Amino acid sequence: MKLQNITISRLQKLLLNRKISPQEITQALLARIREKNSRVNAYLTVAEDEAPAQAGVADKRLGKGDGACPLTGIPLAIKDNICIKGVRMTCASKILEHYVPPYNATVIERLSDQGYVLLGKTNMDEFAMGSSTENSGFAPTRNPWDTRCVPGGSSGGSAAAVAAGMCAAALGSDTGGSIRQPAAFCGVVGLKPTYGLVSRYGLVAFASSLDQIGPITRDVRDAAILLSAIAGHDPRDSTSAPKQPPDYLSKLGQSINGLRLGLPKEYFAEGLDPEVAASLEAAREVFSRLGVQFQEVSLPHTDYSIAAYYLIAPAEASSNLARYDGVRYGHRTSKPKNLLQMYYDSREEGFGAEVKRRIMLGTYALSAGYYDAYYLKAQKVRTLIKRDFDLAFTEVDALLTPTAPSPAFRLGEKVTDPLQMYLSDIYTNSVNLAGLPAISVPCGFTANGLPVGLQLIGPAFGEDRLLTIAYAYERETDWHTRRPNL
Amino acid sequence: MNYEPVIGLEIHAELLTVSKNFCACSANFGQEPNTSVCPVCLGLPGVLPVLNKKAVEYSLRTAVSLDCRIPSRSIFARKNYFYPDMPKDYQISQYEQPLAVCGHLKIMVGGRERDIAIERVHLEEDTGKLFHEIPGSSDSASWIDFNRAGIPLLEIVTEPELRSGKEAKLFMAKLRQILTYIGVCDGNMEEGSLRCDANVSLRRVGEQTLGTKTEVKNVNSFRFLQRALEYEIDRQRKVLEEGGRVVQETRLWDAAAGVTQPMRSKEEAHDYRYFPEPDLVPLVVEESWAAGIKAALPELPDQKRERFVERYQLPDYDAGILTSTRELADYFESCLQFYPQAKTVSNWILGELLRELKGSAAGVGACPVPPQNLAGLLRLIANGVISGKIGKAVFQEMYERGLSAETIIQKRGLTQITDTADLTIIVDRVIADNPEPAAAYRAGSERTFGFLVGQVMKASRGRANPKLTNQILRERLKQK
Repeated sequence: MKLQNITISRLQKLLLNRKISPQEITQALLARIREKNSRVNAYLTVAEDEAPAQAGVADKRLGKGDGACPLTGIPLAIKDNICIKGVRMTCASKILEHYVPPYNATVIERLSDQGYVLLGKTNMDEFAMGSSTENSGFAPTRNPWDTRCVPGGSSGGSAAAVAAGMCAAALGSDTGGSIRQPAAFCGVVGLKPTYGLVSRYGLVAFASSLDQIGPITRDVRDAAILLSAIAGHDPRDSTSAPKQPPDYLSKLGQSINGLRLGLPKEYFAEGLDPEVAASLEAAREVFSRLGVQFQEVSLPHTDYSIAAYYLIAPAEASSNLARYDGVRYGHRTSKPKNLLQMYYDSREEGFGAEVKRRIMLGTYALSAGYYDAYYLKAQKVRTLIKRDFDLAFTEVDALLTPTAPSPAFRLGEKVTDPLQMYLSDIYTNSVNLAGLPAISVPCGFTANGLPVGLQLIGPAFGEDRLLTIAYAYERETDWHTRRPNL
Repeated sequence: MNYEPVIGLEIHAELLTVSKNFCACSANFGQEPNTSVCPVCLGLPGVLPVLNKKAVEYSLRTAVSLDCRIPSRSIFARKNYFYPDMPKDYQISQYEQPLAVCGHLKIMVGGRERDIAIERVHLEEDTGKLFHEIPGSSDSASWIDFNRAGIPLLEIVTEPELRSGKEAKLFMAKLRQILTYIGVCDGNMEEGSLRCDANVSLRRVGEQTLGTKTEVKNVNSFRFLQRALEYEIDRQRKVLEEGGRVVQETRLWDAAAGVTQPMRSKEEAHDYRYFPEPDLVPLVVEESWAAGIKAALPELPDQKRERFVERYQLPDYDAGILTSTRELADYFESCLQFYPQAKTVSNWILGELLRELKGSAAGVGACPVPPQNLAGLLRLIANGVISGKIGKAVFQEMYERGLSAETIIQKRGLTQITDTADLTIIVDRVIADNPEPAAAYRAGSERTFGFLVGQVMKASRGRANPKLTNQILRERLKQK
């Protein structure tokens, strides 16, 4: 196996047995990035200086023997909306083009404590708003399986970096599908944790009540390893759950015989690409062989989820993005006439079209006279959507759905039609509205060689169950072992 | 036409917590600009607020002192508007479901008690401070100091139940007294730790519907509050009497000119787009928490005043002044531990002590005469060691030099002359020096006796024991 395609779990063994040094793997991946990033554009910033230094520190820790942690010496890519002290963070926005955070996100503190190696910051849709990474303020990321296609989004850079062998694994963030949909498009594993499981401190807020950081990896075991490193209560995040996460690794390999999986009928209705539907059907057979029982369930408010999502998320975003005003940091227009003009021009010049669209949508939804009809109504719908899931989980252990209605689409195909773009998250964003965990796992390829992903949705804090189910499926298939020819 | 003013107040009190409302930065004043800041209070990308429990405690203390109802659950909300002194361009505040509602505060207006209803009490964060002109600099830039950004701010809103500038002033004074009593705010209006905006409208007497209101801002003292409201009431009355209509707007009080000036109209008013703050969970106040805070509440001004009247048999006037601040009341009661004559102690505090304190900015806490020293002085007077008159001079020196009465008296030889022989010598000399008044007394003029006593006091530099002086003087005058 090529080093560039190695999993975390395999790399851990090689590192511990001193078969390879952190410096060697880091240099190999940096070389791969130098070679391929211009084609894929997964990275916005490559940590050319930090990576070798951190690899050196990891080397010493592994040499001592007792200082090693599961992620010591593991080179990772981090989505560019997560703060790393001293490393430029742009959120793929011109407005933060030269911004360097003075502090670490909690997830970065945790990874650093374990001695991870930072390879760089990955491209994304500007401020995580988008489903194709075409909304990057700099340049789009391309799908490593077919560079004419999008990698999905908003964590398109992270998913592409994992698929293209430019890191061992990556962190993304998921507000409406931004980890799972790109994972599906790029043929890798992506896990969106339960809201409150992973600290949001240091994650640049898009929609605060929906955002979660999660792992994008080559296989399910790696997702469990990375999730274990970042999960857990953080006193700096008031919305983080005050509970001890379970051991996500110990249950991997357990039988799923007798487990009940629900098939939400609304998720297999019109609009689903036939090839995706076929892959899902094949996956069902694999699960059946493993002794899983299927049951059709109904999530009756599914139809309203996109509408509710596109009121709540922009409403929060309109407020979260107010701080980019040119006053304290980030882009400021040159020679503004007055304060108001400084606000107008700095934001006009700094934000891209989709960000502006959502700021306007959200501002409108919160305005006096419209608040009840839009924002408040959407919150009520959100409650109903959550109740749909709660009810379903009284009957089944988890839900099986497609991750996205179609495989990766062509660059430019949907940029002029925002609504079409929004619909590519139709199977993912109600999960965020309900605050639930979900994982996307590779489950096939189209005739054109594009990956397809399945989604497993679990009850709140059911990550261990999802990982166990996904792992059992993965062991029966080899989709996750395939790599693109770049 | 008779118009009735309708006034509601919106008060902002900075809480005296050690740290800010949503981060661990110091909430102390007077530090170098932008040194008491961190990523959270600067609103940098990615930060999250964590509520300061102490700030909630102080808010609850205020709420129970104002007899509020405290719902078991309140929520924070974002108030969105752009301004350079606001790091996030939204303020974390409370909107629907505030921390406390339905309170009351009693004030005395012209001997009549008025019960003013309080609509709500909620917790929010302060903004930074803008400086548009730096002294000695020709730079036209504006500067921002974020030290104040994120300091906990309590907003207290009254129902529109105040009826004059004077009532508003009395209400603010009473509220300030309570806030300082319970130790949640330093009450300094000049420095802005206690601020007040007023909503004012007029309506015809007897009418129930409210007239069009204006909001008066920038009032930074009790005196200005009364004056600004009186000006604004007068202005609105003139507008109405001339058949005009009051424009709904925000007006700024200009203290130098003594007028209110329009700042922004209703059309220019912000739409704050309030919505629940998704970064904070609902604030849950268990009944036991509020009950515990109520039980631990210090004695409030009204209770203390009543107790002083009853327990120490003081006139209401004395008790009122003594309980005007918690510090002064504590000072008074400390004195009583060393010298239990309440009325005497009260007289000295109301007379001598407060006169001296008036000239100093520091309160009674920094008074150079500690309670045991004042008590010591009063004991010396009571025991006849010095006269009351000398006592006053001694007190002044005690205050100036921070010494005890005993030390001053010993140093300056101010003890009373109580020795009969010594006094007789002085009395004899006074009679000899004043033959005519002496003769007049003997001829029956009781008035001249007072003059002669005064001469004895003068000759003894006030040290002669008054009682003994009277006695000896009468004896010697009779003899000659």
